[in-house]
Amino acid sequence: MTLLELDGLTVRHGQLAAVTGVSLAVREGETLAIIGANGAGKTTLLRSIAGVLRSSSGLIRYDGEDVTRMPTHRRVAAGIALVPEGRRLFPSLTVAENLATGTYRKRPGPWSMDRIFAIFPWMADRRQQSAATLSGGEQQAVAIGRALASNPRLLLLDELSLGLAPIVVRGLYTTLPQILAEGTTVLLVEQDVSQALRVAVRCVACAAGTRCSTVDRPT
Amino acid sequence: MTWVNAIVQGILLGGLYALFACGLSLMFGVMRIVNLAHGDLAVLAAFLAYSVMSATPLGAFWAVVVVVPVFAAFGYGLQRGLFQRSLAISPLSTLLVTFGLSVVIQNLLLQIYSADTRALDIGSLVSEGLRINANISLSYLALITFGLAIVVIVALQVFLSRSRTGRIMRAASDDQEAATLVGADSRHVYAVATAIAFATVALAGLMFAMRSSFDPSMGPSRLIFAFEAVVIGGLGSLWGTLLGGMVLGLAQTLGAQLDPTLLLLSGHIIFLAVLAFRPQGLIPARRLA
Repeated sequence: MTLLELDGLTVRHGQLAAVTGVSLAVREGETLAIIGANGAGKTTLLRSIAGVLRSSSGLIRYDGEDVTRMPTHRRVAAGIALVPEGRRLFPSLTVAENLATGTYRKRPGPWSMDRIFAIFPWMADRRQQSAATLSGGEQQAVAIGRALASNPRLLLLDELSLGLAPIVVRGLYTTLPQILAEGTTVLLVEQDVSQALRVAVRCVACAAGTRCSTVDRPT
Repeated sequence: MTWVNAIVQGILLGGLYALFACGLSLMFGVMRIVNLAHGDLAVLAAFLAYSVMSATPLGAFWAVVVVVPVFAAFGYGLQRGLFQRSLAISPLSTLLVTFGLSVVIQNLLLQIYSADTRALDIGSLVSEGLRINANISLSYLALITFGLAIVVIVALQVFLSRSRTGRIMRAASDDQEAATLVGADSRHVYAVATAIAFATVALAGLMFAMRSSFDPSMGPSRLIFAFEAVVIGGLGSLWGTLLGGMVLGLAQTLGAQLDPTLLLLSGHIIFLAVLAFRPQGLIPARRLA
């Protein structure tokens, strides 16, 4: 069943249309990757799905409901969680506190602290550490954990690989199957095309804000 | 021995200053708002209590119980209705709005109550105290005020570090957008912070009004003391605010011990010295709590 539907979505940054007339559908339980060059509007698209950016026209339908005008905090309560580009952890909070902020709008679901520590075992020992002192890859993991803590139905991953070494990125993506096993739908934006193709069954390629084509992973 | 008394009185006075300052510190720490109306709000609370006590048979204690929650609600509404809009425009606009608020409050009070000084009647408590020896006596009111300051600051600290709302408040002050991404309604979170700040400033204003007479124009001088306490202690740290209040109180009473006319000046000199030699304050903290 279709969990997320975008219909002719246009998002502007001032005068510049970053995303123009994009339509796509994401089925519940699937992993969809949005790939494309820098500036193609992928992050803008994800941020408007999360509610951080207001779209100027078009429709966002989530679970059959029109959420185009719904504010971000209500979308989190509805089950949409964004892992933002650049991690955006809270630097004055510890690892444990950062994860705990994810439970602010908690929905019922399998993602307890124990479950999150199970997929990122190193976190349990470092939970009192200040988030500002973590490495990039560790911060990315905590950011994912923070989003999972709200038990989302739709997890949005924005440029996981940004600024991280390939081996770190691969390590992060190996946790994805465990996330998917819980039935979470994942929509990810990734510049690293080969990495995206490794995890996603369907890919949507964006160029300059307009969806070009869907690519199914060759079997 | 009189020096020892000066030290003791200075520390107790510091409690009052810390109580004044913690609301200012909280609003700045969470929302980066410098509330120039802070002192006037304390005076407003005092006048409100005065009216409550005049119009009803309620005593000072019950006036506090009434006025503090009313002020909390007032703060919540003001944040949602006024400051939220100016915050969206620019940081400077909120500063100007609070300045305007300060002018409005002073003139409103002048209009309603006239320039006459008032006092809150707490009966004989105002002059009762613990006599330690010939030179040192601890006024009950000063002790209560100091105790309240400790309780409020500890409670705020615990609230910020342990509670769900306190945690999201700290998160929102770090990164407002990321806080929205975990589901926080930043308008509500900020309004709660303002409500708490207003409640503490009301309490401070009332404790002040019990020991001293007040009039509509006293707000700005209260603001200066609160500001100095926050800066001396260190921006962004509640413990720093407590320490800053005590340092300011000590500076004033010790200066007054030298010469009564030096009371205010000594406080200002210490403030300037901190700004000159340790501008980050005594307990610097990058963020709140």
